[in-house]
Amino acid sequence: MPKDHGIGASQKRREDVRFLTGTGQYTDDISTYGQTYCVFLRSDVAHGTITGLDASEAEAMPGVVRIFTGKDFEGIGGLPCGWEVTDKNGKPMKEPAHPVLAQGKVRHVGDPIAAVVAESLEEARNAAEAIVYDIDELPAVVDMKAALQAGATKVHDDLDDNLCYDWQFGSDQAAIDEAFSKAAHVTTLELINNRLVANPMEPRVALGEYNRANDESTLYTTSQNPHVIRLLMGAFVLGIPEHKLRVVAPDVGGGFGTKIFHYAEEAFVTFASRQINRPVKWTSTRSEAFMSDAHGRDHVTKIELALDADNNFIGLRTDTLANMGAYLSTFSSSVPTWLHGTLMAGNYKTPAIQVNVKAVFTNTVPVDAYRGAGRPEATFQLERLVDKAARELGVDPIALRRQNFIDSFPYATPVAVEYDTGDYTATMDKLEEMIDRAGFEARRKESEANGKLRGLGINCYIEACGIAPSNLVGQLGARAGLYDAATVRVNATGSISVMVGAHSHGQGHETAFPQVVAEMLGIDESMIDIVHGDTSKIPFGMGTYGSRSLAVCGSAMVRATEKIINKAKKIAGHLLEASDADIELKDGQFTVAGTDKSVAWGDVTLAAYVPHNYPLEDIEPGLEETAFYDPANFTYPSGAYACELELDPETGRVTIERFAAADDFGNVVNPMIVEGQVHGGLAQGIGQALLESCVYDENGQLLSASYMDYAMPRADDLPFYLVDHSCATPCTHNPLGVKGCGEAGAIGSPPAVVNAVIDALHSGGYTHVDHVDMPVSPHRVWKAMQG
Amino acid sequence: MYSFELEIPTTVADAVAALGKDEAQPLAGGQTLIPSLKARLAAPSVLVSLAQIDEIKGVTIEGGTVTIGGGTTHATVAAEVAEAYPALSYLAINIGDPAVRNRGTIGGSLANNDPSACYPAAALASGATIVTNTREIAADDYFEGMFTTALEEGEIVTAVKFPVPEAAAYIKFEQPASRFALVGVFLAKYADGVRVAVTGASEDGVFRWSEAEDALSNSFGADALEGLSLSGDGMISDLHGSGDYRAHLIAVLTKRAVKAAA
Amino acid sequence: MTKVTMTVNGKAVSKEVSGNTLMTEFLRDELHLTGTHVGCDTSQCGACVIHVDGESVKACSIFAAEAEGASVTTIEGMANADGSLSVIQQAFQDYHGLQCGFCTPGMVMSAATLLKDNPKPTEHEVREYLKGNICRCTGYHNIVKAILAASGQDVTGIAAE
Repeated sequence: MPKDHGIGASQKRREDVRFLTGTGQYTDDISTYGQTYCVFLRSDVAHGTITGLDASEAEAMPGVVRIFTGKDFEGIGGLPCGWEVTDKNGKPMKEPAHPVLAQGKVRHVGDPIAAVVAESLEEARNAAEAIVYDIDELPAVVDMKAALQAGATKVHDDLDDNLCYDWQFGSDQAAIDEAFSKAAHVTTLELINNRLVANPMEPRVALGEYNRANDESTLYTTSQNPHVIRLLMGAFVLGIPEHKLRVVAPDVGGGFGTKIFHYAEEAFVTFASRQINRPVKWTSTRSEAFMSDAHGRDHVTKIELALDADNNFIGLRTDTLANMGAYLSTFSSSVPTWLHGTLMAGNYKTPAIQVNVKAVFTNTVPVDAYRGAGRPEATFQLERLVDKAARELGVDPIALRRQNFIDSFPYATPVAVEYDTGDYTATMDKLEEMIDRAGFEARRKESEANGKLRGLGINCYIEACGIAPSNLVGQLGARAGLYDAATVRVNATGSISVMVGAHSHGQGHETAFPQVVAEMLGIDESMIDIVHGDTSKIPFGMGTYGSRSLAVCGSAMVRATEKIINKAKKIAGHLLEASDADIELKDGQFTVAGTDKSVAWGDVTLAAYVPHNYPLEDIEPGLEETAFYDPANFTYPSGAYACELELDPETGRVTIERFAAADDFGNVVNPMIVEGQVHGGLAQGIGQALLESCVYDENGQLLSASYMDYAMPRADDLPFYLVDHSCATPCTHNPLGVKGCGEAGAIGSPPAVVNAVIDALHSGGYTHVDHVDMPVSPHRVWKAMQG
Repeated sequence: MYSFELEIPTTVADAVAALGKDEAQPLAGGQTLIPSLKARLAAPSVLVSLAQIDEIKGVTIEGGTVTIGGGTTHATVAAEVAEAYPALSYLAINIGDPAVRNRGTIGGSLANNDPSACYPAAALASGATIVTNTREIAADDYFEGMFTTALEEGEIVTAVKFPVPEAAAYIKFEQPASRFALVGVFLAKYADGVRVAVTGASEDGVFRWSEAEDALSNSFGADALEGLSLSGDGMISDLHGSGDYRAHLIAVLTKRAVKAAA
Repeated sequence: MTKVTMTVNGKAVSKEVSGNTLMTEFLRDELHLTGTHVGCDTSQCGACVIHVDGESVKACSIFAAEAEGASVTTIEGMANADGSLSVIQQAFQDYHGLQCGFCTPGMVMSAATLLKDNPKPTEHEVREYLKGNICRCTGYHNIVKAILAASGQDVTGIAAE
């Protein structure tokens, strides 16, 4: 019988009611008295010098309150990067200035040149069009290889070249050289991890408000982490102390990483509202989002695997070019390095691994974390490569994987991380059970009878989630701690508000987090509410990304709840005239062990706030506790995925027929929500594999600049998914034993799809096709078939 | 969006009069025009909505001809020609999505003549007649290239007359993002021959594939198309497919259309 | 400016609007019905789907003045009279057919006209009908399941636990 409450129950989401009735409150739904509207004039060229900028006529137009240009931001900080990567020669990465409004140069299509603040949106647009400006166009740096050639045009004049860093990591050169020199077989693959646009359905919005009475600014913004924004914007850009700056992220319509970062528009509306002493609101259009939201992925990689005569993996070497875009977005530098290189071992006990990454500036939108962030890039390379190796060696791709699985834990990889637990054989067994592999040949024959090819692709994945141990990431260059925080405020009547640093923008925290507290206290979830998204209400937490909310913030919440229980037991002990060591809490009752003497939860909470009969000499009144939790290690969700598809050899069109995912997330609090997270991740991974691609032309013009050309996965592109999370090896180092589930689907699914495409093509005799780059569009498949 | 006056006449005569005003532009279903107005790609002073003109709405089926009012939505076409002209109904029900089909109209689509739109293929393959407030134009004379038609300023498509073929099929290969036709082939077989119209592919907009028509008129079957191919020159090449790929698809889809129609 | 009069969620409303006022702007800014969302500018995402005289329409691609005299329903008008969730809304909650909630109003509105026209749709028909509603969170699995369930069909056999 499935549980109906507490940890492990598939409780229906309480937040759904407001979303289903149109009463959610997203940032654009907030309007304030005296509000003005902001429109950015954005560069329509990829690279150029601003030789003239005259807003005087535009400023005189109807409704215009004020027009801001780069001049207004002289002497004001630029947008900071939160992670300093040190290159292989021990030098810090190059870190060019990232101004709020362009300072003399534009460096990508969409780079903001000026901002109009007006009484209405249309008036702001009219004036933005009327701003007179001249740009001397410079050659655009788009291709990463070309960007690194000597004499290439520089994106930043004050840097030596377009190389942000040249990073090397993992085993030493001698170990790698030895592995490859001993190899009986080496498999090599060159591939591209396609540039994507995160595309949460809610475009970004920022509303800045200034209160002259107390010199306090409020920013309402579509953010996954309001405290991070407060810290970055207050301390590094605008110089506003924390106690004078409030950041509110209300209902947020999806994030997927792209709403982690601190953006120019947030700083602008906050700054401008202080200047004009009126609220300033900016609402992104979708077209604007394509050229101002940080993009994701965009790696070009060569990867090589060395195997011995028994098909054991003995060495792995990768060389990646990673596109940074024109500026360093908040966590951009960490994605191709620490979030990517550390995962190159995958699920395998390869003893020698070396990762090389060159990060490159180009005249494109900044690139940063997108669902999975570095880990999908690692998984894609490795799992495509292992599949290719199996094909070259003529061995079963599952057997080759199984043979090389890491099978004892903890396991320290050659790439710095230590996997605490896992069971890759179990998830692969489960997957094989789910996909009816035995029936595949019959299904293939049926497809062939209809003129179609059928392919089955399989892969494993591992990810590092629950980011992150602060001391470790500090050594690696993080400029912030990555703990999280929770305050459990028990009210006099026993109801509870839990203020959390994590932010929910689809993940269902408002439902799942109370299940944990309810389980611990033995009270009903309806007595517990989660408060999130407002820095004036919540403790300093780092927000939601990297599948960290439950593993890190949830752990803080557990710790705070434990403190509550300890104190409540003292109070109960006093009320029951017993030692607190003898008090047991069960089902909301405090009982003296071995007796029938008990007091209810509500009696204790009331005593805490009405301390008439209370041990005031020993403990303070009230019942409110805060805990900060800094994880001891990352968590390591893992699993095995399978994709079965049909390929139309006449058109090249691929149709997903079945998709199965066997995940190990450790313990699960709300299975319904976990499965939903996997579904969503799978759709984004399948989208990357088959549909989505952010394309620039050689002049740096964005070709896929709307949903007319950027193919978002739709309902008719996707199947029902088969998902399972029953193979659970609980995380060993956090109190809930949870690992995180938000990114798994996006990390694990792209190689399964491409592996299946290759399998289908080979079954049809197209054995010359080693690889097809993503998205595996009909056109690309057809071209590959032509040879 | 720039500001403009929105006029909503209820007769063709009033619409034509309104369109005589300076910088006036007609608004049909708006599913293409409104997005481009939002992007400030058009700046009419007066926008004349054709949505309330009952006399240009509806479908009549008479003596082997389906006549569709220019203001008829895709949804209505799909429903009302389902029996009389199933291939045309199939085309209509695969345009955009349900909400778009409830607003978008056949007249709007034909007047816009997007090179990837579906209706131009049907009109051209059917040898339809485009009826306007002033004249009747044969489909062969109507389409003049991407986004260009024989329509004069202020001329409104009031109806389209489709001779019902003996057999027909429309095969659309969707561009994955826009869901417009990457290539669409409409094939219609009449007593006096077969017509094959292709949308989505050519830089000159919708066109007839005459070699295929000749071959099929001679012998109606997929075998008749063996060995026939088109050059990728002059075909649209974009991030979704090269000209060569589009040319290849035309041959594949035409064969499929023959099978579907047979 | 012209005066428009229409019924929105059963209530008569009358406002002065300019010619270029979109229905999305009219609902959100004039009537403060912010449940109708704007997720794109090319008439594709479907977050703004409303019903005009009972049919699904993208509110971002119709001018307010074009709805003169019409009966308009938005997500705010979809619950039962007593405020409880309608069958479709309840199915979305029961089957976890939403995550961030931003596309949800459009999804519910589209689902409602689908089931009006086709009370027992197949999975394929549901997926086809939702072509104009983009969701980035759910992968559509639970949306399709919720709509099939709302139509009274058994969804227990559907893949996944």
